[in-house]
This record gives sequence, structure tokens and C-alpha cells, in this order.
Amino acid sequence: MMETSVQYAWIIAILPFIAFALIGLFLHRWPRLSAALSILAIGIAFLISLLVSLAVFSSEGNLVYEAAARWLSMPGLQVDMGILVDGLTAVMLIVVTTVALLVQIYSLGYMHGDPGFASYYAYQSFFAGSMLGLVLANNFGQIFVFWELVGLASYLLIGFWFGRNSAKEAAKKAFITNRVGDFGFLLSILFLQILFGTLNFNGLAGEIAGYTNTGILIGIAILMLAGPVGKSAQFPLHVWLPDAMEGPTPVSALIHAATMVAAGVYLIARAYFIFSSTPQALLAIAVIGGFTALFAATIAIVQNDIKRILAYSTLSQLGYMVMAMGVGAMTAGMFHLMTHAFFKSLLFLGAGSVIHALHDEQDIWKMGRLAGKMPVTTWTFVIGALALSGIPPLSGFWSKDEILLGAYASGHIGLYILGTIVAFLTAFYMFRLIFVAFFGSGEGGLKAHESPAVMSVPLVILAVMAIIAGFVGSPLMNNVFAHWVSYPGAVHHNPSLGIMAVSSLVAVAGIILAWAVYQKKMVNVAAVKTRFNGLYQLLYHKYYIDEIYQWLIDHLIDGTAKVLFWFDVYVINGLVNGIAALTGMAGQVLRYTENGQVQTYAMYMFAGIIVIIGLVMMAGFAIVL
Amino acid sequence: MIDLTAYLLLGTVLFGIGVYGVLSKRNAVGVLMSVELMLNAVNINFIAVNKFVASSQVIGQLFAIFIIVVAAAEVAVGLALILAIFRQKKSVDLNDFNLLKW
Amino acid sequence: MNLSDLVFIVTALITVTAAVGVVGFKNIVHSALSLVLSFLGVAALYFQLQAGFLGLVQILVYAGAVSVLIIFAIMLVMDKDPDESNRSHAKQKYWGGLIALLVTLGLGAAIGSTIWPQSSGSLPEDSVGALATLLLGDYVVAFEVAALLLLVAVVGAIILAKGAGEHD
Repeated sequence: MMETSVQYAWIIAILPFIAFALIGLFLHRWPRLSAALSILAIGIAFLISLLVSLAVFSSEGNLVYEAAARWLSMPGLQVDMGILVDGLTAVMLIVVTTVALLVQIYSLGYMHGDPGFASYYAYQSFFAGSMLGLVLANNFGQIFVFWELVGLASYLLIGFWFGRNSAKEAAKKAFITNRVGDFGFLLSILFLQILFGTLNFNGLAGEIAGYTNTGILIGIAILMLAGPVGKSAQFPLHVWLPDAMEGPTPVSALIHAATMVAAGVYLIARAYFIFSSTPQALLAIAVIGGFTALFAATIAIVQNDIKRILAYSTLSQLGYMVMAMGVGAMTAGMFHLMTHAFFKSLLFLGAGSVIHALHDEQDIWKMGRLAGKMPVTTWTFVIGALALSGIPPLSGFWSKDEILLGAYASGHIGLYILGTIVAFLTAFYMFRLIFVAFFGSGEGGLKAHESPAVMSVPLVILAVMAIIAGFVGSPLMNNVFAHWVSYPGAVHHNPSLGIMAVSSLVAVAGIILAWAVYQKKMVNVAAVKTRFNGLYQLLYHKYYIDEIYQWLIDHLIDGTAKVLFWFDVYVINGLVNGIAALTGMAGQVLRYTENGQVQTYAMYMFAGIIVIIGLVMMAGFAIVL
Repeated sequence: MIDLTAYLLLGTVLFGIGVYGVLSKRNAVGVLMSVELMLNAVNINFIAVNKFVASSQVIGQLFAIFIIVVAAAEVAVGLALILAIFRQKKSVDLNDFNLLKW
Repeated sequence: MNLSDLVFIVTALITVTAAVGVVGFKNIVHSALSLVLSFLGVAALYFQLQAGFLGLVQILVYAGAVSVLIIFAIMLVMDKDPDESNRSHAKQKYWGGLIALLVTLGLGAAIGSTIWPQSSGSLPEDSVGALATLLLGDYVVAFEVAALLLLVAVVGAIILAKGAGEHD
């Protein structure tokens, strides 16, 4: 039963699309029916994913299934639509369907009473279908199609409350920034098609193994990297993710924490056969990832909006994953993706619970004392934060540790140190949030009440996952995860007790510092702020990146636009109008030949005859013939 | 000495004079007369070539007969047209026939 | 230079002079009479070219019928001073002259540079009989069409000259 279920894996992606179509076309007048249909679709998809994944996992990751149907066939170009199911796919299927199902159930409570309830679920289904299609794709063309669809779903859901101008702007920003990255991605796909004639993953893996021109491969790899830089919000295309918090919190949980932003990391894993043969590209990936991790963590420690803190935390963790990919620890990166999906979506849903209870208050300084009124939310949130900080034996500890081990053991000591610093900062800012919002002395929490069961049960489920999901990649289960997700030529490092100890200590240190500063108020925060005001402003304003981009757009892009506009008006219009004017003038002059006198016309005729006689004389009779 | 070329050149000269008449005369009947000159020149050509080049059959003369026939018909119809126009405009001066003017 | 050449030259001169007279006279009646003379000159040329029948046809049709027709028409449309009735355009005649000159020169050059194939035979003695054989033999269709053409021309000329719009 499990083995045959793999053949039906394509249904997983189709079901949410069917739900989307039905809701969009017919059912949007009945919100509860729409929600029920959507949840049913993702629920069945979840079950099938479970079967498929169990089939793959129980074969120790050796089961690989691929099926395709020819979609487009021209001389020189064949494009298939197909599915590829292996360990990597199975992991992603579980992650996506689980989180999507829980988020959709949670949304029943969070979005209750919203006038766009039905379209919300339509978009959720659309996103789920697109993400699952992306995960199941067996060639670059298909993955690109679903990549774009996922971006579209993100746009629709960020700008869901389209009455708000900030939401509209954020949605546009997300889509456009993604497009910048997708341009590089598309170029790399085109190069692959031209060079190798196929876009199929397995086919390309075979071709590239024997390809010797590494220069071109590096170029393709760097171009392809642009996609994840955009989609997974690495520096410098990270600017859209904090603004994406304008969307409803369940959307932030699903798309901008667990799944869509992970698509970039998934792409790198899928295309690892390209990257693993280009060490320069890998180094670039690692540096970008590491830098983003540190960059985002430093910004997170001074933010005041609960969702912004979590957004920058997501940026930072994505940097971790990308860095892991770059140092050759592809397995560790995917492992962290999985654990991160669970505890980050838990944190976001918990934040949503708080926001919902406090009637859309998002400033942590206006919260406080939430622990008493919302125990389920509080303690699941704490579990999520502990997992994120990497406290053993929670899931985040194992995955983060694998990454640090990979960095250290492959010789990237600088990145290892950087990763450890970020771990410290992560613990610090998460518990800053917790101590201020949940256990702080603010008065905001007094009016709160615990969320309904439809919202708190998913929190509990996710908390359980956050605790136990890490064991599959831990030495306790002999790192069976590595059997599921790996690549040829992967180096397995023995777990190092030293690294484990260091990362745990660093995390605990961060928690203690946060407790000291924000709970026990041992440090005067206001004084520190004024003393380091320059640094504080720099961090608070996100290193002014947005302002720099805006300046560039205003001056470079608008300037270029002005030049081109001038060109269009004066040169091109001038040319076209000039031709018209010329024709008019010619007409004005030539009309005098039409004087109505037939003899004049006869004269023109005879003149023509003379010309013909001359031609015939000169060139012989052949001309006339 | 007087051979084909002489006759043909004579025909050409007559043709040229006819062309001048067609292009420059103001009287419509004058133009018609010049056209008759041109047709005669062409006839001379045909008959000369018939005698000097293809003298087994009288094809050239046959051609010339047909040209005479057509010319006669054309003169008749042309003059009838001129009469009709004269009735309208009371003039046969070609300068006055400029209804197609811009 | 034998007699026939001399005759040719004289005839040619007369014809050309008459032609010049057609386009040169300002009086249209003088023009018409010049035209008659040129027709007769051309008929003489036909006789020299051993196309006797055709020469007679030329005299009968052209110098006889067509000329009379033209003179009648001149009479009917004369409305101003006869001495001024065949003027040329003031400026256009120079252009016309130039073009006529160029046409003549061009055609003349073409003729002069062509190598005409010389035939060794001679025309049939009985040119009328030969014409009749061709006309009613190989080219009978053209003959019939020409007859039809004449019929149509007659009818057309009558209608045009009479004027349309009056239904009898």
C-alpha cells in the first residue's frame, strides 16, 4: 500500500488546486463551506504525503520514484510535467502539508468574521497547491513555474487586507524583489537548457558530472543563486520579508516562516549536483548566508514589533540554512529547514494568538503579563523559543548543531564563529521578547484571554513537533535523516561533544543576559540606548537599506526613465511625426503635377518611354523580356 | 542605297513630329490629327519591314490594313466626343478641360 | 543614286514637310490640308514599297474619308478666329518639343544599331490575292472582329454626336 501510494503522489499537489478552483468559482458565497473544502483538500494531501513519506523513509531513503508526461515537444526542446519523489521530496511534503493543515485550522479562529474569509481560504489552497507542486517537480522548468506561482500566492496573501495602503505596498515590494532574483534564476535555466538540452534533474545530474568547463558552471550556479537570494530573503534582497508581516499572521507563519521562504533552500538542495562541483559558488553561498544571519540578528535585538522580531529571526535562520548549504552540509541545512518550519510557525501562530487576544496590538512594550492570562500560548511560545535558541534536547539544538559542526569540520572557522555569535544573539532577542511581552511588567496583558481551541490546539501540536522532530537527525537515532536527504560525495562528520557544549552554553548565556537586562532590570536600557545612539539608530532602521534602495530607485531608475522619456518624446515622436510631415509636404509639392491637363500626363508617359528606350539600348533587349 | 534603314528613319521622324503635335497642341482636333500622323508612321514601318525582311508573305500589309481600320474608327469616335464636349463647354481648347485639377 | 532613290527622297521630303505643316500652322484648316498632303505622300511611299493595294486603301480611306471627316468636325467646332484656332501651349511646347526630339533620337539610335535580317525573297505579284488569302484564311477572326469594331464605332459615334439624354 505504501509503495503504490508513491504513484499517486501527484494528487497531493492537485487537490488544493481543485479546492482553489471550486472556492474561487462557485463557493465563495459560503465562507464556512469554502474553509471546510480547503481544509479537507489539504488534509487529504497530508494523509497521502504521510503514506508517501513513510514509503520513502522505510526504505532508508533508497526509494526514488519519478514519473513524467510530455507537455511540450519541439525539435530541440522537450519539456515534461512530472513528479520526482525521493527523500528530499518526502521531507518537504511532510513539512508543507503539516504546517499548511495546522495553519488553515488555526485560521478558522484567527480570520473569523473577516469579510474575505472565503477568498482567504481560496488563496491558502492556491498557495498549498503551488508549494506542493514546487516540491514534487522533476525538472527546472516546472519548478520555475511553481516558484512564480508561489510568489503570486505570497503577493495575494500579503496584500490580503488590500484596503490598507501599507499592505498593498508590501505586497508589491515582495513580488518585485522576488522578480529581481527570479531573473537570474531564469537565465540560469536558459543556460542549462542551451548547454545540456534537458532540464530534468536526474538527466542534468548525469550530464554535469562529466562536464569540464567549470567557468560556465560557476556562472550558471551564481545566476541560479539569485533565485534563493530573492525567495529566501538573503542579503541584499531581504528587504521584502519584514514588510511581508503586513499580511495576516497565519500567512506569515505558513509562507514567510515555514514554507515559501524555504523554497530557496530547497532549490539549492535539489540543484546541489550543480553547486557541489563549483566550490567558488559554494563559498559565495556560505558567505551570503552567514552575513545575512548576523545582519538580521543584529537588527532583531532592537525591534519592538513582535512580528518584526520574528521576521528578522526568520531571516537570520534562513541565513543559517543557506550557510549550511554553502559549507557542504546540505543534509544539515535541510534538517534545520524542517525543524525551523515547526518551531517558527509555532512562534508566529503564538504571536498571532497574542495579537488576536489584544485586538491587533503588536508592540511588545504595550504587552506584558500575558503569562497569567494565556498559559497555553505562553508555554508553547517558550518551547518554540527554546527550540529556536538551540537548547538541548529540543529540535533546534540538533539541527543548529549539525550546521555548526559542518562549518567547523569543513574548515570554515570564521563562519563557525559567526554562527556561534548568531546563536547567542538569537537566544538573546527571543528571550528579550518573552521577558517583555509575556513576563514583563507592562499592563497590556491584563485584558487578554486565551484563544479558542481551534487556535491553541495547533499550537500544542506544533510544540510537540518542535520537541521531538529533531531526533531523526540526532545521534540518538543514528542520524537516519542523513539517509533520507543526502548527496553523492557528502562527507559525514562525527558529532563533536565540544561543539555541542559550546553552542548550548552560548544559548544559555544569551537567555541569562536577556533575563538580567529585561526581567531583573539590572542594566538601564534607556541609558545604553542614549549612549550608543548612533549604533541604535543604525540597527533600528535596518541599516538604512530600504532608504538606500529608495534613493537608488529615485535617482537611477527614475533618472533613466526621464532620459528615455525625453528620447521617446523628442527623437522617436519627432521621427514619426517628421515622416508624416515629410509626406504631407511632399504631397503639397507633388499635387501641382495633377493639373487636370491630359497632355501633361501624356508628356510624363512619353518621358517614361524615353527612359525605357534608353534602358533597352544600354542593356540589350533582355531587360524588356 | 535607299534601304530599310531609310524607310524606318523616315517613319521615326514622322512619329516624332506626331509626338510633338500631341503634346503641344491646344486644339483637340489638332491633337487628333497628330495622332493620325503617328499611326501613319507606324504603318510605314510595318510595310517597309515586310518588304525588306519578311517578304514571302504580306503579313506587314495585313497589319497595316488593320491599323488603318482601327484608326478610322478611332477618328470617328474621337471627333464625336469632341462634338459632344463642344456642345457642353462651347470650346475645344484643351486648356479649358481641367476638371481633374487638384 | 538611281531614279527610285531620287523619287524616294522627294516623296520623303514632301511628306515630312507636310507633317511639319500639320503641327506648325496656326490655322487649323491649313493644318488639315497639310494632313491631306502628308497622307498622299505616305500613299506614294506605299507604292514605292510594292504595296499597291495598300496605297490605294490609304488614299481612299485616309485622304478621302478621314480627312473629310476631320474638316467637317473642324467646321462644326470652330468658334473663334480661324487663324488662331490651332495654337500651341505657350510654355509646354518647348517641353513637348524636347521630348519629341528625345523620342526620335532614341528610336533612331535603336534602329540604326539594329542589324536587320535581310530577306532574299520578293513580295508576291498578286498582293491583293495574297492579302485576301490571309485575311479570309488564317486571320479571319481578326477580320470579323475588325468589322465588329467598325460597327460599334459607327453606332457609338452617332450616339455621342447626337447627345444622350433625349429618349426617342
